[in-house]
Amino acid sequence: MRTADVVIIGGGIHGCSTALHLALRGLKPILIEKDYAGRHASGVNAGGVRQLARDLAEIPLSISSMDLWERIEDLTGDDCGFESQGTVLVAENKAELASFRERVNDLRLRGFTHEELIDRAELKRLVPAVADHCPGGVVSRRDGAADPFRTTQAFRRRAIEKGAEVLEGVTVTGLARAGANWRVETSAGLIEAPKVVNAAGAWADRIAAMLGEPVPLTVVAPMLMVTSRVAPFIQPVVILRGRKLSFKQLANGTVVIGGGHLATSDRDRNETVLDWEKLAISARTVWELFPAMRAATIVRAWAGIEAYMPDGIPVVGPSSTSEGVYHQFGFSTHGFQLGPGTGAMMAELVATGSTNTPIDGLGIERFR
Amino acid sequence: MKASDLAPAYDLVVIGGGPAGLAAAALAARAGLSTVLFDENPGVGGQIYRAIASSPVADRAVLGEDYWVGSDLAVEANASPALIVTGATVWSLDPSRVVGVSIAGQARLIQAGRVIIATGSLERPFPVPGWTLPGVMSAGGAQTLLKAQGLVPGGRTVMAGGGPLLWLLAAQILRAGGKLDAILDTTPRGNWLRALAHLPDFVLSPYFSKGLKLLREVRAKVRVIRIDRLQAVGDDRLREVVFGTGEGERRMPADLLLLHQGVVPNVNLAIAAGVAHAWNERQLCFEPVLDQDFETSVRGIAVAGDGAGIAGGTAAAERGRIAAIAAVRALKPEALVPDVQTVRQRLQRESMGRAFLDWLNRPADSFRQPEGETIVCRCEEVTARQVRDTADLGCEGPNQMKAFLRCGMGPCQGRLCGLTVTELIAAQRGTTPAEVGYYRLRPPVKPITLAELASLPIAEAERKAVER
Repeated sequence: MRTADVVIIGGGIHGCSTALHLALRGLKPILIEKDYAGRHASGVNAGGVRQLARDLAEIPLSISSMDLWERIEDLTGDDCGFESQGTVLVAENKAELASFRERVNDLRLRGFTHEELIDRAELKRLVPAVADHCPGGVVSRRDGAADPFRTTQAFRRRAIEKGAEVLEGVTVTGLARAGANWRVETSAGLIEAPKVVNAAGAWADRIAAMLGEPVPLTVVAPMLMVTSRVAPFIQPVVILRGRKLSFKQLANGTVVIGGGHLATSDRDRNETVLDWEKLAISARTVWELFPAMRAATIVRAWAGIEAYMPDGIPVVGPSSTSEGVYHQFGFSTHGFQLGPGTGAMMAELVATGSTNTPIDGLGIERFR
Repeated sequence: MKASDLAPAYDLVVIGGGPAGLAAAALAARAGLSTVLFDENPGVGGQIYRAIASSPVADRAVLGEDYWVGSDLAVEANASPALIVTGATVWSLDPSRVVGVSIAGQARLIQAGRVIIATGSLERPFPVPGWTLPGVMSAGGAQTLLKAQGLVPGGRTVMAGGGPLLWLLAAQILRAGGKLDAILDTTPRGNWLRALAHLPDFVLSPYFSKGLKLLREVRAKVRVIRIDRLQAVGDDRLREVVFGTGEGERRMPADLLLLHQGVVPNVNLAIAAGVAHAWNERQLCFEPVLDQDFETSVRGIAVAGDGAGIAGGTAAAERGRIAAIAAVRALKPEALVPDVQTVRQRLQRESMGRAFLDWLNRPADSFRQPEGETIVCRCEEVTARQVRDTADLGCEGPNQMKAFLRCGMGPCQGRLCGLTVTELIAAQRGTTPAEVGYYRLRPPVKPITLAELASLPIAEAERKAVER
């Protein structure tokens, strides 16, 4: 029987970040990962580091994460490929631009200033390649992008250096109270710890079910594709509202195209099957928005398995049934940017019982 | 033929128009299956019978009678009701047998009742120092030029490597009036020990007399030197070939170095379709796991020809027929098909002697597992040292390696580095290639343009997207 201060279930960016922040607080976490760290959504997402267009309930976590992204090399020992060139939400017509204006004004009233409305001229300055019919948009200038697998590995590596233990290829088979402790049954034996963090992503509902608090989690696999190298022509990450698109040119010239069209997925077999009809929709959107991309070649396409909640926002906070257990999952296809800050907040919550970062509205009790 | 002329669905889609694909399409179409064969080249034939209908090489003796056998297969397929589409690139196949194909810049998704993958083999990577220099090319590339355009190498030409195809190409070049300065034979002497046990079968096989004749023909005209080290040297292009023999290092000026150390199954499409693969220790490659009808772990998808494991062109055609008979039995049980046992017996005869050839020509570790600054992944310029060092750091498999080094992420999609990366990780971590596994591959298995993808009809998809 092994013991730890905290058992973390799931080796995505959230589990690895929480492990690092717990270790930085002098606690001894054991992280259990059924495959290897970053095998799923954390390792293969589009890498967007975005505060833009977030649900109000997530904004505090997103902003605290952004502060950590800006010193990610100090935190993890690796720059994680992070580059800050902003995210631009492009309006495709005047009605969209009007709704963006309302949103930005609303955020101002609440004291959030990271989203900034831009007109046609500023849009053209930031994204010269965008099609002429777009009347403006919103920019979040501190946003950027990073290399997802590298980032997750960097958190994992630094967590281990600081005293965390990471068990890969190990599955959790049971979870039960044992006096003041939780007894975690795994394929590598029993582990006891007073605290447990459920960061199991697309599999987190199974852990919650063991605690008698089922959640309506949907397993999704958003598709991405990447082109061969093209001459540099765009700096910020570009996203759309009306149609599904995210668009980012990496430093090596390749362009990652995503936006949330889904593959079919089988979480029991770690398998996804791409849906080319939907990828064709993304291709058409790019064709219309960025004429320069028409001759580009698609060299790969893929999808990573993750969790989607009915309201599109994550489950973060204490269990509603089981003292000492905390949830950190369900990031609904936009959890990568939130990894650093949510891990820090979770470590604070686990270590002290409370947190200074507001997480109201993210609790699991909303699904009761 | 335009992509929009294709039917939305066929009973059988055959991918690849080499011997396996041609034989399969002809048999299935004759038995009444609606059959389409896609081949990405301008004409059918595959690599072994490349340009069979258009080769400018008029003297039949140059390419040899074994090449011209291919024209019977092509004629038979063309005469059958099968739709043969050349210039058609298949870039996707999923487990529900939806085939993504592009023809002249237009893409379509086709539903197949059954699929026979007949995408053949690739030359095994030959990562020696300097193999990326201009002036160094694969022997298979040289053979393509000869078959399709009647071109033979000019200038000082050295051939290096091993395996039956190396000797065949040497003979073809010589017959066509080309000249070879030397053949550097990399086959390890020790291979004879493992091969010897299979000699009796080999002697009885058709390979025996053909092989001996070929060796004699080539050796009479070209110096053959057995070597254990090889390096291509030059600044912006090949200047000389440096090699090691038992007696020390030697140098030979050269304008062209042709490399070849055997062929391995082209696994990209099958892996992307989710087909289970296993390591073949004798042939040192991954191959699909198949039943006796060449059906894979994914229902309704078969792999025939050298893609099912290297066995040569004649065996490929028989394998194609067996897979086609299974397809007909599954979709149209009442149709008349040839007796499968007879085909199996022919295949059995054809396979005799293979074990001997495999063991004899098994390339040495040093020619498969490079060291130091030798490039492993040509697309992303990743060296052997980088792969070995990253494996030492704890990287356990090729998929993590992709994330660390980007090896295998370029346009060739791992075709030129996959086996090398797997073997290097295994060597470095003291485990086996079977344990390490291969790249997880995804469609598109051939690059397609954004414009092609945008050309897919998506009315159906838009409807679904709104519903979701």
